[in-house]
Amino acid sequence: MIVENEKEIAKALYDDLSKPEFEAFISEISNAKSSCELALKELKHWMKPEKAKTSISTFPSSAEIVSEPLGVVLVISTWNFPFLLSVDPVIGAIAAGNAVVLKPSEISPATSSLLVNLFDKYLDKSAVRVVEGAVPETSALLEQKWDKILYTGSSRVGRIVMTAAAKHLTPVILELGGKCPAIVDSNVNLQVATRRIIAGKWQCNNGQACIGVDYVITTKDFAPKLIDALRKELEDCFGRNPMESKDISRIVSLNHFTRLERLLDEDNVSNKIVLGGQRDQNKLRMAPTILLDVPKDSQIMQDEIFGPLLPIITVENVKDSFDAINSKPKPLAAYLFTNDEKLKESFVQNVSAGGMLINDTILHVTVDTLPFGGVEESGMGSYHGKFSFDAFSHKKAVLYRSFNGDASIRYPPYTESKKKLMKALISDGIFGMLLALIGWSKD
Amino acid sequence: MAEEEKKSFDENEAASLVKELRGNIKSNKTKSYDWRVSQLESIRKMIVENEKEIAKALYDDLSKPEFEAFISEISNAKSSCELALKELKHWMKPEKAKTSISTFPSSAEIVSEPLGVVLVISTWNFPFLLSVDPVIGAIAAGNAVVLKPSEISPATSSLLVNLFDKYLDKSAVRVVEGAVPETSALLEQKWDKILYTGSSRVGRIVMTAAAKHLTPVILELGGKCPAIVDSNVNLQVATRRIIAGKWQCNNGQACIGVDYVITTKDFAPKLIDALRKELEDCFGRNPMESKDISRIVSLNHFTRLERLLDEDNVSNKIVLGGQRDQNKLRMAPTILLDVPKDSQIMQDEIFGPLLPIITVENVKDSFDAINSKPKPLAAYLFTNDEKLKESFVQNVSAGGMLINDTILHVTVDTLPFGGVEESGMGSYHGKFSFDAFSHKKAVLYRSFNGDASIRYPPYTESKKKLMKALISDGIFGMLLALIGWSKD
Repeated sequence: MIVENEKEIAKALYDDLSKPEFEAFISEISNAKSSCELALKELKHWMKPEKAKTSISTFPSSAEIVSEPLGVVLVISTWNFPFLLSVDPVIGAIAAGNAVVLKPSEISPATSSLLVNLFDKYLDKSAVRVVEGAVPETSALLEQKWDKILYTGSSRVGRIVMTAAAKHLTPVILELGGKCPAIVDSNVNLQVATRRIIAGKWQCNNGQACIGVDYVITTKDFAPKLIDALRKELEDCFGRNPMESKDISRIVSLNHFTRLERLLDEDNVSNKIVLGGQRDQNKLRMAPTILLDVPKDSQIMQDEIFGPLLPIITVENVKDSFDAINSKPKPLAAYLFTNDEKLKESFVQNVSAGGMLINDTILHVTVDTLPFGGVEESGMGSYHGKFSFDAFSHKKAVLYRSFNGDASIRYPPYTESKKKLMKALISDGIFGMLLALIGWSKD
Repeated sequence: MAEEEKKSFDENEAASLVKELRGNIKSNKTKSYDWRVSQLESIRKMIVENEKEIAKALYDDLSKPEFEAFISEISNAKSSCELALKELKHWMKPEKAKTSISTFPSSAEIVSEPLGVVLVISTWNFPFLLSVDPVIGAIAAGNAVVLKPSEISPATSSLLVNLFDKYLDKSAVRVVEGAVPETSALLEQKWDKILYTGSSRVGRIVMTAAAKHLTPVILELGGKCPAIVDSNVNLQVATRRIIAGKWQCNNGQACIGVDYVITTKDFAPKLIDALRKELEDCFGRNPMESKDISRIVSLNHFTRLERLLDEDNVSNKIVLGGQRDQNKLRMAPTILLDVPKDSQIMQDEIFGPLLPIITVENVKDSFDAINSKPKPLAAYLFTNDEKLKESFVQNVSAGGMLINDTILHVTVDTLPFGGVEESGMGSYHGKFSFDAFSHKKAVLYRSFNGDASIRYPPYTESKKKLMKALISDGIFGMLLALIGWSKD
């Protein structure tokens, strides 16, 4: 489905987001394909029961953990990576043996529509369905009893999904957002760090990405150098007139466009722009924009930006950035650029986020041996790779015993000697029991 | 130890408790290996030095026989603690994750972090174990923890307050006693995780409250745990083990206890005879007088069980037992044969000494009977037939399963303990406890080397070709593309 329809998928993503074909391929199509290929390669192994060691306390016995499908699951997708974030969870649901309903986002209607057609053409309708729609349709779906729901989107709606799920005791995975910070130390390869920040912001759906770089923290001393480097690299990437560049997505909707304008036009924020600021409402285009030291309590430093605006916050020492990050809700991702090994260690130890990447951005979510998920406000649960299979499975504990080795010590009446023996057996193992049997117990 | 002045624990109290604990963990004290070990060692000491007091509280709350108190609660709590002490260093180590050529050069790991401040809401039937065991997990994972024991087991609740106060670090570990108002006040707060043990009804309330704060939850609920008994069994052992999983388990008041039995029409009489004999061997001719069986916890539950028993077309199905004493809250082991499918006793989780035996034509028909009900926390099968065992594991879903015994699977610390569907979500025990209270943070390390301009705009046709080839076919494909031999 993916391989035969690459052009159609790229076109839908272009229709919905003006997503450049290169981005569509790298970020969505190839990731979806890899996810599928991994599941195909590993499924036999994933489906095998996992042997569990038993101890002398249940001897003779054997144990295993059996993965079972949960049943009928719901995947609620979102608009910014509308193909990947629909297909990837569905791959996990199917790999784990479930029936699945996908609800794509109405804010990316071309992709939503394409998914209906593709699923209808390629997949088994008796177990895999797509339901299009907006709030009413999603609410109708959320009223039902599902065996699991995976929701990708905002923390606000995440609460609504979990509340609805609670009525049916449906477990949920919530992939939410947050303000993903990138700390930039002075001890870096500045060009590479800068390019990678660009890759993690404006090459990522023009900043409209849950794991995209939301804001940067650097030292007062280093900020000018960083800004200059960004200015240069941005021009190399998107040209002198980024509003004309074909290599950058547009803002998805008028709604989001005006939301971003409001962030930008706030008092004491608009005068902090050091680069960019251009916008075109008709074309829903907004240029890469950098702001320096906006006020801490400005809206742009409270809300998840989800757009091409990059605030740079400065601190005295790079270590002060940890407190700045920890004073906010835990984000889905946090980034650090440095060559200082101690700083890396301290960052990993002292900052909490869904995931972290040192000296790059975004790529950690392509590593299929790493779980992808948030913590606290940025979500609960995770998927990707085998974690997807596990996410949609019930891990059933199974213990096998035989009729041999049944000791009357286990059953009433509970005499004093039985109690002594049992205590010794449990406290000190067989040896203790033997001692107790010949009358040498500790009691 | 001074008695604290009893003031009402309302939302303000709850909010300030959480605020205080959050302040206390800022120093990362609870994150350190040393702190966790010191607390776990204190818990172990707490259990070992107070075995008599714990057994007494359990006797006060449930008339739990000392033997049962020791086997089912005290020794399990101790083992759980000792395992955590033994394994903690290993559990705390980041887990290396393999990286592929797609992010070369890079290294990756999964780092376990404490979630922060967590809430454990315990229950009344194994009030010591089901309080201490989750707390052990919370502490092992480096969290501050508030324990809310059940008010329906007040002696144990009170003992826990005293013991925790004496042995554990008040700045990070607290007990809050109370009933619905206090629990509601706690549930209004923002926790980093909640582990709740109890009923499905209240499980929904807990999850709904948690949803307001995006707090992840583990819900250890209940269900009707069936035991299928095939004719191809060692009947004496099977019978004794059913007794162990029903009446030796808080007199049937256990979430993993055998709720009902399914057997064939032909085998039922033999099974009933065997149960009659073994029950007499265990509890004597007059089980109401036996010291070796718990009482019913409260009048509430006693009348609930009476109602189940006294329903029309149910009371006339009693084949053994049925005696009860409201004053002493005692109810004898009672067996019923083929109660109606739609009777209350076959709808509700029984949680008492009443054992319905349902008969089917063929033992395989029992699977459908079980699957027609909500998925239980545990399911049991007694058989020597290997194919039947396989079919059972393949076709019946439950939180956990045990073949040819009851209950014991939850003592195997390499197995996760938790439900599915109506019987719960999430799991704990052993390392699963540590994981339950941790955030598994993905960390990828890259260097500044190996940065390819191919990654960045402007996206020329040749860059696109190269990138596609690299991703589709690896380095080889990229080399081919570089010399112009790509598939496009």
